Amino acid sequence: MSEKITYEVGLGSDAVRQPQRIVFITRKMSAKVKEKTEPQLMSFPHVIEREAIAFQLLAIVMVVLSLFWDAPLEQLANPLLTPNPAKAPWYFLGLQELLHYFPPVLAGVLIPTLVILALVVIPYFDVNIEGEPLWAHRSRKRLQIYVGVFAVLFVFLALYDAWTVLIPTAVVGALGLVPYFNPTSDSRFQKFLASRSLPWWVMTWFIAVALTLTAVGTFFRGPGWSWVWPWS
Amino acid sequence: MATTAWNQQWLEQLRQTRVWRSIFRRGPARTNRTRSLAVFGNLALHVLPVKVREKSLSVRATYYLGSISFFLFIVLTITGILLMFYYHPAVPDAYRDMKDLIYVVSNGVFLRNLHRLAAQAMVVAVFWHMFHVFYRGGYKPPHEFNWVIGVGLLMLTLFLSYTGYLLPWDQLAFWAITVGTNIISYVPWLGRPIRFLLLGGHIIGQNALLRFYVLHCVILPLAAAVLIAVHFWRIQKDGGLTVRDDHE
Repeated sequence: MSEKITYEVGLGSDAVRQPQRIVFITRKMSAKVKEKTEPQLMSFPHVIEREAIAFQLLAIVMVVLSLFWDAPLEQLANPLLTPNPAKAPWYFLGLQELLHYFPPVLAGVLIPTLVILALVVIPYFDVNIEGEPLWAHRSRKRLQIYVGVFAVLFVFLALYDAWTVLIPTAVVGALGLVPYFNPTSDSRFQKFLASRSLPWWVMTWFIAVALTLTAVGTFFRGPGWSWVWPWS
Repeated sequence: MATTAWNQQWLEQLRQTRVWRSIFRRGPARTNRTRSLAVFGNLALHVLPVKVREKSLSVRATYYLGSISFFLFIVLTITGILLMFYYHPAVPDAYRDMKDLIYVVSNGVFLRNLHRLAAQAMVVAVFWHMFHVFYRGGYKPPHEFNWVIGVGLLMLTLFLSYTGYLLPWDQLAFWAITVGTNIISYVPWLGRPIRFLLLGGHIIGQNALLRFYVLHCVILPLAAAVLIAVHFWRIQKDGGLTVRDDHE
C-alpha cells in the first residue's frame, strides 16, 4: 500500500525576496542555519523618511557652522613669494610629513600607490572570513612572525628618523601583543583586544599612523618643517 | 485632530486625481505593492531596494555615513553651481571674484563658507564611511566590487577637493597646489608628462587654473555622479547592506 505524497508549490505573499546568507560553515563547526527570516521594512516610506530627517539635521548643522566659521582667504597668489612652510590641503599633510622623512619616490609615489592598491584588494584577500582573533591559538610561530615584522619596521623607521610613524606603530604593535601574554583578562578593554582579527589590527595600525601624520603635519609643523607647538 | 483628518482627506483626494497619477504613475502608497511601485517606478528612487532589513536602518549599523557623504555631495553641487555664477576662471579675476563674494554679493560669504565646509566635511565623511564599512565587514562577499567602487569614490572626493583648492587663486591655494603637483613629478618617467598635462604647462598659471576649473566643475562631478549611482545600485543588487549582529 503506497501512500500518495502531495507537494505544494507556491509563492508566499512575500514575493520580493532578498538573497540571504543562511549557512555559515567554519572549519570547526558543522553547518548551521543562522537565521531564516529577518524583519524587513518597505523602503517607501521608512528609508525615505529617515534619509530626509538625516539630511535635514545635516543641513541645519552645516548652515549654523557656516554662519560662524569663515572660509580662509589669503593674499593674491604670488609665485615669487613662497610661504614657509608651504602646506598642501590637510588631507595630504600626512603625505607631506612622509616626504619629510623618506625619499620622494618612496613617500610620494610608492607608499600612496601601495595604500590605494591595498585598499582595492582588501575584499579579495580576506581569507579569514570568520574573523578569527589574531591570537586564537596562541601560536608561537605567529608570534615570531609578528615580532619579526615589527622589528624590521622599527629598524627601517628608525634609520630614517621617522618618529611620527614609529610612535603610533609602536603603540598599536604593543597593544596587539597584550592579548597574547594576558589571554584571560577580565577587563573589558583587554577582552575587546583579544577578540580582534589580523585584518582589524592592520587597518587600525594604518588609521593610527595616518591620523598621527595628518595631525602632526597640520598642527605641529612650522618654518622649514620644524617641530612647533600649536599654542606657542 | 480634526485638522489632521481634513488634511489627510485633502491629500487623499489629491492623490486620486488624474494629474497626480499621471506624474507619479500610481495612487496612494498604502499597500506594500504600491509602496514597491513608489520605489521602482521612480527614476530617482529605483536604485534603492524595495525592502530593507530593519536592522540595517538602525543608526549604529551605519551612522548614515554613506547617506551623509551623498548629502554633502548634493549640498556641494548646489552651492557650487551658485558659486559658478560669480566666478571667472582667469588670473587675477578669480581672486577678485572671491573679494566680490565677500564684500559685494548678497550672502556671498555664507555661500563660500558652506561650500568650503561641506567639502572638508565630505572628505571626513567618506574616509569615516570607508573605515566604518571595513570594521563592520561590509566589504565581504558579495560586496567586494562595491568596496572597489567606494575606493574609486574616495579618490574622486580627494581629487575634487584638491582641484577646488586652487580656484580662489590666493597664496594658500597657489602653494598648496605647488606642493601637490611637485609630488606628481616624482613619478618615474611619467611624472613630468602627467604634471604637464594637468597644469597645461610647466608652471601653475592661467592654463592650470582653467584645467582645474573644468575638472572641478564638469569632469569630476560627472564621474562621481555615475559612480555614486552604481554604488547605490550595487547595494540593492548585492542583497542589501551587511548587517553584523553585535554578538558576533
